[in-house]
Amino acid sequence: MTRNDVIRKIVKPVVFVACLGPLAWVAWTAYSSGFGPSGPLGANPIEYINRYLGDWAIRFLLAALAITPVRGITGWNAIMQFRRMIGVYAFFYVCLHMSSYIGLDQFFDWAEIWKDITKRTYITVGIANFFLLAPLAATSTQGMIKRLGAKRWVKLHKLVYPAGILACIHFYMMRKGVQLEPIIYAAICAVLLGYRLAKHLQKKAAAT
Amino acid sequence: MLIKVKKASDAKSSEITPHSVYLDRRKFLATAAIAGAGVAFGAIAPPAFAAMTPQMLPGVQKSKWTLDSVGEKMTDKDPVTKYNNFYEFGTGKTDPYKNATKFKTKPWTLAIDGAVEKPGQYNLEDLLKPHALEERVYRMRCVEAWSMVIPWVGISLADVVKRVGIKSDAKYVAFETLNDPKQMPGVRRPVLNWPYKEGLRIDEAMNPLSLLAVGLYGEEMPNQNGAPIRLVVPWKYGFKSIKSIVKMTFQATMPATAWNESAPQEYGFYSNVNPTVNHRRWSQAKERRIGDFLKRPTKMFNGYEEEVGQMYAGMDLRKLY
Repeated sequence: MTRNDVIRKIVKPVVFVACLGPLAWVAWTAYSSGFGPSGPLGANPIEYINRYLGDWAIRFLLAALAITPVRGITGWNAIMQFRRMIGVYAFFYVCLHMSSYIGLDQFFDWAEIWKDITKRTYITVGIANFFLLAPLAATSTQGMIKRLGAKRWVKLHKLVYPAGILACIHFYMMRKGVQLEPIIYAAICAVLLGYRLAKHLQKKAAAT
Repeated sequence: MLIKVKKASDAKSSEITPHSVYLDRRKFLATAAIAGAGVAFGAIAPPAFAAMTPQMLPGVQKSKWTLDSVGEKMTDKDPVTKYNNFYEFGTGKTDPYKNATKFKTKPWTLAIDGAVEKPGQYNLEDLLKPHALEERVYRMRCVEAWSMVIPWVGISLADVVKRVGIKSDAKYVAFETLNDPKQMPGVRRPVLNWPYKEGLRIDEAMNPLSLLAVGLYGEEMPNQNGAPIRLVVPWKYGFKSIKSIVKMTFQATMPATAWNESAPQEYGFYSNVNPTVNHRRWSQAKERRIGDFLKRPTKMFNGYEEEVGQMYAGMDLRKLY
């Protein structure tokens, strides 16, 4: 097997399954402990599940945004083969996060959900981010890249930058007071996007 | 003991039956018989046992606010003591339970100052001594749209106010929580403008519902629930019920409150439970009772409209939220 074969046939499937780990853990824990207030998911399991899935959505999103800078800095080209998978997983966890909000937290109370979207800014931001990420997930196949053409595809997928920013705003706004965790995520996002901005400015300077 | 001065005849805290044992008396008797036999054969009982379990509060009287008057199921003690918002001990729901274990609440001094006849540094035991402890089962509604039913033990705030004697210009009372970075990891970060501050209008403070709580489930207040003394105002969102109080100031002007300083559009001075007033963060129309799957409709003033509604007659509660 060549090095590429090892990545394609072994490492990729392993990473693929590992990315399902957070979902598997929470699903199994919820299932095995019931929804009781004294179980491992705490007194408010629905809130726990919803936040947990949101945490993983933003982690995957930032992980996807980290891949290009990591390659740029370390020269580790093979990591690029994982970018799409991580990105699609980010959307997968966004969908789960949203489903748990709709199905568990609100229990399909569409009138309340609509009020939330229109009246509560952090939820507006969250929903907007879903619609920002959806076309990226939909165009993540080889076929779609060909159909769009590489240039247009790359342009479209720059939407992941505002999506990262919106995710951080959503997280920060959702927490009460000034809390450390959302600030850490926002700082990571700022570094990842700042790297790209610096590269862009470098290129521009070199061209002139 | 926390709430009374010791007399020679008083039971030592180590002699008071732990709650779990009290609940399981028959088994305890059987075990005691075996242990008795063990002692006869020279075995020694571990002496630290009582110190590990929460202390029952002696002489707690019934009040008119019983579980029957609430008409709902009591929330289990486990979530009540492990799911808390007490940002001085961390912002996670289980942080207070984990981080407050070594919180020192004895001795405790409560400063009462401002427009009062008898201002001073009150030792907690002295403050409580003249009053009988009573149990009050109240609904607790958090602004985060979850709720519980909790059996508090405490004394009427109005009784304390009457005892210290307020002057005519005492229109409000301001409360303050302990702000001790050594014991409270949460206050080392600027999550809120520490110390935590809350306040009530005097008529609210004098309302029979307002409680200064020192325990729950018949036991001494667990640290994470605001030991040794906290406010409970059940018709207002939970954050109004300030924990671990070190200071009460009677004053003519409306006091600043911690959450109002943090986000004035979200947390008003009154913060009465009100399903009809929109909130920027959570819909207040419904709430999830801890232990339930589906949410239930939230009641005006958390179901205490009869007791408190008249205090707000003529006020526009949309503006004065």
